[in-house]
Amino acid sequence: MKPFDEMIKTGDEVRQPYDQLKSWLDTQNPGRLAQKALDAENVFRKTGITFAVYGDEEAAERLIPFDIIPRIITGNEWRRLSQGIEQRVMALNAFLDDIYHRQEIIRAGRIPRELFTHNDAYLPEMVGFRPPGNVYTHIIGVDIVRTAENQFYVLEDNARTPSGVSYMLENRETMMQLFPELFQQIKVRPVETYPKMLRQSLAAVAPPGCNGTPTIAVLTPGIYNSAYFEHAFLADQMGVELVEGGDLKVENGKVVMRTTEGNRAIDVLYRRVDDSYLDPLTFRRDSALGVAGIMDVYRSGNITIANAPGTGIADDKALYSYMPEIVEFYTGRKAILENVPTHRCSEPDTLKYVLEHLSELVVKEVHGSGGYGMLVGPAASKKECEAFALKLKANPKNYIAQPTLALSTTPIMTEKGLAPRHVDLRPFVLVSDRIRITPGGLTRVALKEGSLVVNSSQGGGTKDTWVLDD
Amino acid sequence: MLLGRTANGLYWMFRYIERAENMARLIDAGLRMALTKTSDAPEEWSSVLMSAGVKIGYDNKYKEYNASLVSDFLLRDLNNPSSVMSCVETARSNARMVRTALTREAWESVNETWMVLKSTLASPIPETDLPRVLDQIKRETAIIRGAFHGTMLRNEIFNFARIGTFIERADNTARILDVKYYVLLPSISYVGTTLDNFQWESILRSVSAHRSYRWVYDIEYSPVNIADYLILNSRMPRSLNFCYSNIVDNLKHLAVDYGARHECHDMAENIMTRLENNNIRTIFDNGLHEFLSDLIYQTTGLSRKIAKAYNFD
Repeated sequence: MKPFDEMIKTGDEVRQPYDQLKSWLDTQNPGRLAQKALDAENVFRKTGITFAVYGDEEAAERLIPFDIIPRIITGNEWRRLSQGIEQRVMALNAFLDDIYHRQEIIRAGRIPRELFTHNDAYLPEMVGFRPPGNVYTHIIGVDIVRTAENQFYVLEDNARTPSGVSYMLENRETMMQLFPELFQQIKVRPVETYPKMLRQSLAAVAPPGCNGTPTIAVLTPGIYNSAYFEHAFLADQMGVELVEGGDLKVENGKVVMRTTEGNRAIDVLYRRVDDSYLDPLTFRRDSALGVAGIMDVYRSGNITIANAPGTGIADDKALYSYMPEIVEFYTGRKAILENVPTHRCSEPDTLKYVLEHLSELVVKEVHGSGGYGMLVGPAASKKECEAFALKLKANPKNYIAQPTLALSTTPIMTEKGLAPRHVDLRPFVLVSDRIRITPGGLTRVALKEGSLVVNSSQGGGTKDTWVLDD
Repeated sequence: MLLGRTANGLYWMFRYIERAENMARLIDAGLRMALTKTSDAPEEWSSVLMSAGVKIGYDNKYKEYNASLVSDFLLRDLNNPSSVMSCVETARSNARMVRTALTREAWESVNETWMVLKSTLASPIPETDLPRVLDQIKRETAIIRGAFHGTMLRNEIFNFARIGTFIERADNTARILDVKYYVLLPSISYVGTTLDNFQWESILRSVSAHRSYRWVYDIEYSPVNIADYLILNSRMPRSLNFCYSNIVDNLKHLAVDYGARHECHDMAENIMTRLENNNIRTIFDNGLHEFLSDLIYQTTGLSRKIAKAYNFD
């Protein structure tokens, strides 16, 4: 069956949100558009908007391919999406507070206790502790896919350290440079306030003891990290320091950074370092990326860590299948955004079913991310399926399986003109004194014809995402 | 206030950019010397390596000195931390690290230099192409300098970057002179032989001063004037006097901004005083080589003291 295309209905009829864009495209000289695409690539290369691919020595720094055709979402579609997102992030925070305190949801029998007892993402260090402002996950990227006019699914809640927001911002910046005339014709809601909102959002959850303007810093693993560009970009745009573990230490009960004028205390740390590397005294002892003793400072209320340690439990893939229950349990309403039906391979009957239907399913590692270690059944060879089945049988509880969704397509520029490719959407949400959602988000696109894998590490690209101001 | 690591990154970023440019100049001067029939080419290349401070590394790798081996070692060899490519790589990783402290123009200029030179220096450079490549390197570093001067706020970030530039340059000029100090000694005769003249011009050329020298001094090269020009002249942008007066100035700005003086301030000012209240005759009388090697030693010490004062040691 032909997947839902966001620009062209059956036949040649253009969907209403794309009306203006399509007629503009039709008037454009293909040569000029191709030149613009090259211009965009040069801008990205010059600016150094690159990412590193792990295990790829040759291309230590690569560009994420950028497609110049914007993806368009109407104001109405967005209203519904953002309500669903808001509901979801409220539920996630309520859930985190609950499982690190009274665990009502387990007592109510809505989710099994085993989900936590053997899960590394659940941190006993967080039990009984309430982070400032009672916020656990401050920055969230909810991955959403579309399969029909009115059908959206949440694929994943990235509640630990979602990345990609810098691409959302740079994509818009680039588009405005390349096609200023388009933005005059079509009213698009702005995204460029994100860094300012991020700063406000982080400042609003400073520890109670902090007087005056809180000192904020972004903690990066360093220039070799795949998302380093984004860490530097955000620190720069917010006007805060970009620190590494080596710049920080604990002094008199505070986390301080080493500066040219001595040590300065940090109130809010936006960390882009995983939980397990955060504090060698509490977690991985070999970590050089974190700060020894920061967890003690945190637990005594002298620093805010965003996102809080232990939030990973909320976006764990094993937990994902329980999200409809979780949303309903904490918000009292049915989830506005749907979940993809998910098979838990830990259950013997389900495992049997999954093994029998491998060629139709997408199988993911419970703890994996970035498109690594997954199987896309319909695209895999028989041999690949067989090899994967062995891995699956060896450790079933490490996997979940989902039906292959017919992700919607939007047009991209190819050498032969416009051609449809599958996309997803990652809107970015900020939670603190209130919830701030940037209209749109990052659209990732599978550049290979027919491919459903949009991850940049697997050859995906990005697009500017327009929410119409209608 | 800057992170100590940021100050460190700025300082080294600019030291390495300066070094890359100096390498190009040294090779240029070496090529020129090797072309003159009167000179002993291997001997000249060996002294280029000495001026570059990488002779030990080279000798561990190669047995002979010639244009293609030496220029390859100085331009492309990633095992030589001072080769142009190594310098540009290091400068760029430092720039990446301190990206939030740089203007977009400044960052892009470094990034572009890296992209351009990575492709230019991807394979060995034939001798006939050397002049073009050396020009390109000098042009790239000039663009970085231009972007930096044209767009950066004159604050602590600027000061640490400038201190890096001038510490590196002072060290470089002192080394070039020290390696060739014997050809400047006036003991034999005051009128140079043809070879002497080539040697003297080569010294000037390696600091891009062979034309401006004539604007300041006589049309004839004289060792005393050359030494005066590169050590004491306050207007010559690569002289020790000029370097130190910039180091002192930038350190002063930091002292005012931060409201604190450190040991490094006294040390830099002492060296500056020695350069100001000196004349070239006295320096020759007390020993040119002794003067230069002491200055190199002091510059290294100053670098350490600055890092200590501003928490990036």
